[in-house]
Amino acid sequence: MDTVLDIEHLSTHFNTEEGVVRAVDDVSLRVRQGEIVCIVGESGSGKSITAMSVMGLVEAPAGQVVGGSIAFRGEDLLKLGRNELRTVRGNEIAMIFQEPMTSLNPVLRIGEQLMEPLMEHRKMSKKAARKRAIELIGEVGISRAEQIADSYPHELSGGMLQRIMIAIAISCDPKLLIADEPTTALDVTIQAQILDMLRRFKEESGMSILLITHDLGVVAEMADYVVVMYAGKVVEEGEVVALFENPQHPYTQGLLKSKPIINQRQDELYSIPGQVPNPLELVPSCYFHDRCAHCMDICRTTEPALKETANRQKVACWLYEEANPHV
Amino acid sequence: MSEPKQPLLEVNGLKKYFPIKSGLFGRTTGNVKAVDDISFTIRQGETFGLVGESGSGKSTVGRTILRLTDKTDGKVKFKGVDLYDLPPQELRRLRPKMQLIFQDPYSSLNPRVRIGDAIGEALLDHGLAPREEIRDRVMEVLNACGLSSYHIDRFPHEFSGGQRQRVGIARALVLNPDLIIADEPVSALDVSIQAQIINLFRKMQDTQGLTYLFISHDLSVVEHLCSHIGVMYLGSMMETASRDELFRNPLHPYTRALLSAVPIPIPKLKRERIVLSGELPNPADPPSGCKFHTRCPFAVARCREEVPLFRNVGNDHSVACHLV
Repeated sequence: MDTVLDIEHLSTHFNTEEGVVRAVDDVSLRVRQGEIVCIVGESGSGKSITAMSVMGLVEAPAGQVVGGSIAFRGEDLLKLGRNELRTVRGNEIAMIFQEPMTSLNPVLRIGEQLMEPLMEHRKMSKKAARKRAIELIGEVGISRAEQIADSYPHELSGGMLQRIMIAIAISCDPKLLIADEPTTALDVTIQAQILDMLRRFKEESGMSILLITHDLGVVAEMADYVVVMYAGKVVEEGEVVALFENPQHPYTQGLLKSKPIINQRQDELYSIPGQVPNPLELVPSCYFHDRCAHCMDICRTTEPALKETANRQKVACWLYEEANPHV
Repeated sequence: MSEPKQPLLEVNGLKKYFPIKSGLFGRTTGNVKAVDDISFTIRQGETFGLVGESGSGKSTVGRTILRLTDKTDGKVKFKGVDLYDLPPQELRRLRPKMQLIFQDPYSSLNPRVRIGDAIGEALLDHGLAPREEIRDRVMEVLNACGLSSYHIDRFPHEFSGGQRQRVGIARALVLNPDLIIADEPVSALDVSIQAQIINLFRKMQDTQGLTYLFISHDLSVVEHLCSHIGVMYLGSMMETASRDELFRNPLHPYTRALLSAVPIPIPKLKRERIVLSGELPNPADPPSGCKFHTRCPFAVARCREEVPLFRNVGNDHSVACHLV
C-alpha cells in the first residue's frame, strides 16, 4: 500500500508566559492509502495539535512547528508556501472538527458553503457547483436537499451540521480526511450513523482517514492502525486487534481496563492513579512514570525510545528494553 | 434478599412545560413539553440511572425534583413529604438532604473563593456545624474524596478537571445528604479520571448509605453504577427496569437501538446494530402517538395514532410500547 501521509519526528511547541509547552514532541506516524489510523489520547496528549500541524493551522507566534517533516504523497507540507498549501488544503486533504457549528459561517447559506471549495479547487461554474452541492447533501443522507441548501447553519441540528461538514470535506475527493473528534459532541444514535457513513465513503473512494478520538470504543470500531499518545509523545502503536488484545504499555493497559464496557460489569473499575503531568514541568524521563505501577529507577531519569516488539507493535517503555539491566 | 427498602423519592406524573412565546406581546403560542408525565420511585440506598439523549428532558427532571424550576404538574415526594407542598423555610431546612452535582463543577465554583471556604460555606449557612469545627469537617470530607489537606486553601483554577469534580462531590457530601442528584458528573472527564470518580461515587454509597439519581447519556457508565435504570425520549419515560433486567431483556425498540449504538472497545466484535434513521424531532412539535414512531424501525399504523400506555409487564419492568 502507498503511504499517503508520512510524519517524521514532528515537534510543535507553544510559547506561553510560563515557558515552552512541547505539545507534540518528536512524533512519527504513517497513514497508508485506504487505511483508517486512529490517534487516541486524553486531553493534553497532543493528538489534536498533531492534526493541526498537518493542516498548517498552528498559528505563529504562539505556536510553531519546530522540527520534523510532514510528507503528503512524497511532498513536505512544511516546505510549501501559503498558496501552494491552499491548493492542498480542503482539496487533497480535508478536515472536520468536533464542533461543526463553529466551523461553518453563520451568515452564509449551507449551499453556498458547499459550493465554495468546488468553485475554488474544481473551478466549477456557479451553476454546476450548486447542482453538485445538492447532490452532496443527498449523499450524506439528508432528505429535502434543495431546502437544506437554502437554510442557514443555526436552522440545523448538530448531527445534520456534522453531515454537512462531511459533505464539504468529501466534495473535492480528498486523498486524506482528518477527523478530529467528529462524533464527540453527538448523541450515540447519531454517532453510529456518522461513523457508518465515514466508513462507507472510505470504502467507496479509497481515501485514508486520520481519526482523532478519546473514545476507545470508536477506535475499536473504526481503526485499522492505532497510535496512543500521552503528554505529547507516542507511547504505543500497532494494528488494532493486536493492540487491544495485547496492549504493552502500562498506560494503554490502564486505559483499556478503566473503560466500563456494556455487559462486562465489574465491582470496581480499574483506575490509573494520579493525573497527566504539567507540560511545563517535564524533565527527561518516561512521562508516565509517576502513575505507573511498574516504575523503575531508569524511568525517572531517561526517556524510553519507541521500539518495535515481537508482534509488529511499537512501544516506548523500559520494561521491554533489552538493554535494560532491570529486566 | 432483604425486605424491600423504603422509597426515598417518589416522582408521580411529573410535568414541566416551557411556554413558547412569540409576537410583539409575547403571547404563549405553544409549549415545549420538556418533561411529560414521568413517574418513578427510588428506594433508600439505590442508584437510579436516568438515561437519554440531548433534549430528552433528563436534566429538567433533576432540576424540577429539587424545585430549582417549578413543576407544571405532578407530585415529588421526598421521604413521604411532597416537596411542592412545603413553605420556603421548611424546604430550605430540607435542602442539605438533597444535593446536586453538576457536569462542570468549575462553573459552579466562585473563582475567588478558596476551596475550603466553598465547601464549608453551606455548613455555616445552614447552621449545621459551629464555626470552629468547620475546617475539620471540610478536611475530613476532602480526604474522603481523595484530595489532600493542602488543597483546602487553594483556588479553583489550581485544580484539574478530575479534582474539581472531587470538590463538587465533597461539597455535596459535607452536608451529609440522603439523596444526591448527579447530572452527567463524569461526562467531561478523561477515561482514566472518569474511572477514579465512578469508584468514588460507589465508595461513598457504601460508606454513607447514599441514594443517587444519576443522570447520564453514557449507558456503559450507567450500567456500571446503577441498580435501576429509566430511559427517556423527548420528555417521556420509555422503559424502566432493574439494571440486570434491562440489559438482559431490553423491550423498547429505542432502548435496544441505544444499547446497540454504544461503541464497544473490542475490535472485530460482531454485533447486530439497530441504526436509527433520522434526527431527534423538534421537542416543541413532537410526533403524534408514540413519540418514537418517526425513527422506530418497527412502527405500525397504531403507533402513529395512539399514545402507548406506560405499563408494568412483570419483573418490575415497565415499558411504553404497543408492540410489547
